[in-house]
Formats: sequence, structure tokens, C-alpha cells
Amino acid sequence: MLEIKNLHVKLEEEDKQILKGVNLTVEAGKVHAIMGPNGSGKSTLSYVLSGRDGYEVTDGEASLLGEDILDMEPEERAAAGIFLAFQYPVEIPGVGNMTFLRTAVNAQRKARGEDELSAADFLKEVRAKAKTLKIDADMLKRPVNVGFSGGEKKRNEILQMAMLEPKMCILDETDSGLDVDAMKLVSEGVNALRDEGRGFLVITHYQRLLDHIKPDVVHIMADGRIVKTGGPELALEVENNGYADILAEEGV
Amino acid sequence: MGLPDQKQTATEALLATLTMPEGGCLAAARKAALSRVQTLGLPGRRDEYWKYTRPDTLVQPDAPAAAVFDAGEAPMFDEFDRIKVVFVDGVFSPEESDDLSLEGISIERIADICDKDIHWGKDLYGVLEARGQDPVARPLAALNTAFAQDGVAIRVTGTPSKPVNLVYRHQSDSSDAILHHIVRVESGATATILENGPAASRFNKCMEVDVADGGTLHLVRAQGRDHERRAATHLFARLGKESVFKAFTLTVNGVLTRNEAVIELTGDDAMAHIAGACVGDGDFHHDDTVFITHDAVNCESRQVFKKVLRNGATGVFQGKILVKEGAQKTDGYQISQSLLLDDDSQFLAKPELEIYADDVACSHGSTSGAIDEEGLFYLRSRGVPADVATDLLTLAFLAEAVDEIEDDEIAGALVTRLEGWLARRR
Repeated sequence: MLEIKNLHVKLEEEDKQILKGVNLTVEAGKVHAIMGPNGSGKSTLSYVLSGRDGYEVTDGEASLLGEDILDMEPEERAAAGIFLAFQYPVEIPGVGNMTFLRTAVNAQRKARGEDELSAADFLKEVRAKAKTLKIDADMLKRPVNVGFSGGEKKRNEILQMAMLEPKMCILDETDSGLDVDAMKLVSEGVNALRDEGRGFLVITHYQRLLDHIKPDVVHIMADGRIVKTGGPELALEVENNGYADILAEEGV
Repeated sequence: MGLPDQKQTATEALLATLTMPEGGCLAAARKAALSRVQTLGLPGRRDEYWKYTRPDTLVQPDAPAAAVFDAGEAPMFDEFDRIKVVFVDGVFSPEESDDLSLEGISIERIADICDKDIHWGKDLYGVLEARGQDPVARPLAALNTAFAQDGVAIRVTGTPSKPVNLVYRHQSDSSDAILHHIVRVESGATATILENGPAASRFNKCMEVDVADGGTLHLVRAQGRDHERRAATHLFARLGKESVFKAFTLTVNGVLTRNEAVIELTGDDAMAHIAGACVGDGDFHHDDTVFITHDAVNCESRQVFKKVLRNGATGVFQGKILVKEGAQKTDGYQISQSLLLDDDSQFLAKPELEIYADDVACSHGSTSGAIDEEGLFYLRSRGVPADVATDLLTLAFLAEAVDEIEDDEIAGALVTRLEGWLARRR
């Protein structure tokens, strides 16, 4: 599904190398988790994959289903199947949530040469999916993320994910700012999307999210590289002992 | 004291091309207006009030040519049930206009009342324009009062079942039109007036609005999209006790537009909202000049102006709130903002407050900004192409001004048009 080889990335504005050779393969149907201390490059990886400005790829490659994504515009990557659930979802005053969702869904369908969803079909689908995430009609009408609580913003991210049905979902610290109930709700939303044809990359600081979204593979990232890969037990190890032992062991 | 030579010459040159309608009940008002023009002289480049907008092409004797734009769609407001009053290049078109009779409102032509000796319009025509000449001169409005051959005199006495739509068609590349409207809203009466179209290659329009105690008037206009058209418009309004006046203007295209609004709140608890949204691309200069005077207690005024500019377009906002002595509990709000889609475009703003009462709340703000990169990336990351995302954010930027339109259906119709125009320009 997602294949990252030797990815080197630096910040465009300052000459600072953030990613220093990331190698990672996420297979269809699998959930990969990335953990790591602050400043290890986890969020940068998610931004680079989704096409945000301000980063320069100095070496390496990244592809989705065999197609190089690094030269694509953000909207092309989205249409190809990449979705980033933002750590800090952006507020867009003046753009209704519903308008935003419909525009996004139809833009992607158009880019893939599919027919646009009719207004009625769209409405039916969005209402059903919103309901399972406990997103009420009012939240759908309001401007995108404006005045939403932390939990509402994250649920809104998952709603977008559910509507857009991406192939590769990247969740950047989706658990940050969530209380226990909200985390459960969001996790259920994510789990409902787990599918043989879909890959997940879950970036998190904490094991507790992984109690809800059970990963198949756990990676530890440090200093711009993936330094250790293991099963779910690796996350527990981090939870219990912190990163120090692992990093020392790997010589970081 | 005479005018400077240059101004004198320019004024005489334009006056020589115009003919004043004679006789009737408006004759005195016209004569007085002419003498104002002669005293004030036409706007010149050195006038402080015209610092950001060059008046040359508005005052030169011949109107610069402007090609007629084929929008390729039904005219604005066509979907609404309304009374149409159509002017073609500034000339009333009886064939295209509707029957002007409707319960609760009387609509007459200025050309018709000119012939009468007695008419209510005599007490309004040129009156608010004359009041509006102080403290800032508005000679183009006085010129309009003196020479307008036509326009409408609307008197609202009840609650008419549909809006009046003043339609300004542009047919000739070299047309030069002057129209003068007067609107009197009687106590407790309510009406909506819609205006749309470019009117002419060059258009000088003046509207005087007198809202009596407890009256309400909504004015929504969409100025024509002909790229080369020029317009100088004046809106004078006087608001009585507990009256409401809301005006919104949408401007897309037009090489030169100067919209002046001069509003006087003279009765307690009155409310005036003046808003504008404009989208300019390339050879586009748009000037909103607003002067709101609070002269009564507990009145509210809002000015909300939003401009989206690109490819070297220029936006101007000169907005003033004057709170007179004794106008306590005034609530005055003014915001002017521009969204600059590139480095070539510019926005010039001059917000002013002048306050002589001590118990007031007045605020003003003015900003110029680029598109929100965070929002743009967020939209694109969901698959929305950059140009579509830019349009969405553009519409979102204009929303605060559009929200000033009371009627949701009318606001919705404007936004739908705007969406289409933006999409087709891409």
C-alpha cells in the first residue's frame, strides 16, 4: 500500500534535516503505529506524505500502490487515496461543514472519473455516518471546525475519513485533546473503517489509543529514523519503561 | 471665492454637454443643485476626498467607451417575483418594465413628476443630497440632481407583497446615463428594493432615501459586470425614530466604481447597516466612501465592507462615523477588509471616527491579508483542487458582508451567482 524508502526531508526555510532516512512499508489491511519522543519527526512524516508546503525532500521516495506521490499536489494525493487526520484540525470560518464535505467528496470522485454524488445520496450517507460518530445536524451546518471542542474536531476528522473512504489513512496524534469517552468514540470510528483494502498509519505518544485501535505493527521513531519495529508488545514496553532503554539499545 | 482655473474649466466643459429639464415641481431643486455644482466645482485629482480614486473619467465631457458584456445567463434576480422597472442606457423602457401598480407602494417616474406642480417628491428631491454636501462636498451628486432626466419616485405606505427591482441595462458602448431616485418610506411601512445591471458605459446614479419613524427599507444591489463600465453612485439616507435601513452592494468587475453612502440617523433607536462585497480582477478600481452621522440617541450603525482583489486590482475604503453631541448610547461598528490574492493588488483604507458624545461604543477595524495557507492546505488535503479551494475561501471571506442581507433567499441567490462567476473565471 504505502511504501517509503530512505526518505530524507529538511525544512525549506531553515537548513534543518528532520527525516534522515525513513524506511516503512504499510500493507493493505494493516494498522501500523508510530511512536517516538517529541521532535523525532513523526508529524513531519505525516505532513510530507500529505503534501504540505515548507518541506523539501532531499532524498528517497514514497509511493502509494506503486505510484510516486511526492511530485503530486495535495489534492492529487487525496484523490489517489491518502488521508491525513490532522493533529490540529483547521478552522475555516464562513465555509459550512456540509458544503466542505460535499465539495471534497465530489472533487475526489471527479478526479477519479466517477460521477458526483447526488445531493440526496450525499445527505443520506453523511447523516448515517455522522450519527455513528455522534455528530449532530448543528455540527454539520456550522462552519468547518469553528467553535468545535477538541473532541468535536477529532470526530469531524473521522467523519471526513469515513466520507472520503481513503486507501491510506494517516492519523496524527488523533488522541491528543480527547477524554476517555471521546477517544473510544473516535477509535470506534476508525475501527469501523478497518478493511482489507485499507492501510493505517497511527502516530501517537500513548499506548492507550492503541488499546482501542489495535496495531499490527509498532515502530519507534527517533531522530528522523525508524529505529525499532515490533508487534503490539513494543508499545507496552514504551508505556512501561519510556524511550530511554530502547534508544540506548539502538544507539540513538 | 472662485474655483481654481483648471476646475472651473473642467466643470464648464461638462456642464456644456448637459441639458436641464425645465419647469415643474423639481425646477427649483435642480437650479439650486446646479449652483452647488458651480460653486463646488467637479471633483479633481487634488481633492482630498478623491485622494485614492482619480475622478478624471467620471467628469470628462464624453463617457469613455465600454463594451457591453454578455453574461450568458439570466439577469440577476430573475428568479424572484418582483416589479421590474427597466432603464436601458439610462432611458426608461416601458416595454420591458412591469405594470407599476402594487398595493402598499406607489412607483412613479421622475420624468412624470417633473411635469406636475405639486408632488410629495418636491420635499425630498435634492434635499438629502444638499444636506449631504456638508462637511464634505459631493459635486457629482449635485450634478445628478440638476441634470437627471429620469429615475423613480417610490413611496412606501404599507407592506408591498414583492420587491421593486430597478434594472439597469447597458446596450450602447458609449452611453452616459444619469438617474435620480427618491424613496420615501412612511411610518411603519416596509419594502425591499433590488437594483442590478451596469446601466451604461458611464453611470451617475443618486438615490435619496427618507425612512420615517418605524419604517424599514432593504436595498440590495448588484452592479453590472461589464469590465469597462464606470459608475459614480450616491446613496443618501435619513432615518427617523426606530427605523431600519439595510443596504448591500455586490460589485464584480467594472474598471471604475465609486459608491458613496451618506447616512444620517436623526431619530432615536434607528438602525443603519451598510455593507458591500466586491471582487476585482485586473483593471479594477473600486471605492466605497461612507459617511454615517449619529444625531440621535441609542442608534446602531454597521459598515461591513469586504474586497477580494487580484491581478493588480485596487480597492478603496473611506469610512467615517460621526457621533454628534448628545447622540448617547450610539453603537457604531465599522470593518473594512481586503483579501489580496497576489502581490500586485492593493487596498487603501481610511477609517475615521469623530465623536462628540461620551457614552458611545464605536469600533473600527481594517485589515489586508492573503489567503489563509493553513485553510487552503486543509481543503486541498481533502481533495479540493487549489483553485476551487481558493474560491471557497473567497466566498467565506465575503460571507460577513453578504450576511448583512436580511432576506436569506436573496442572499443565497447572490452567492450562487458569485460561485458560478468565480468558477467560470478559473
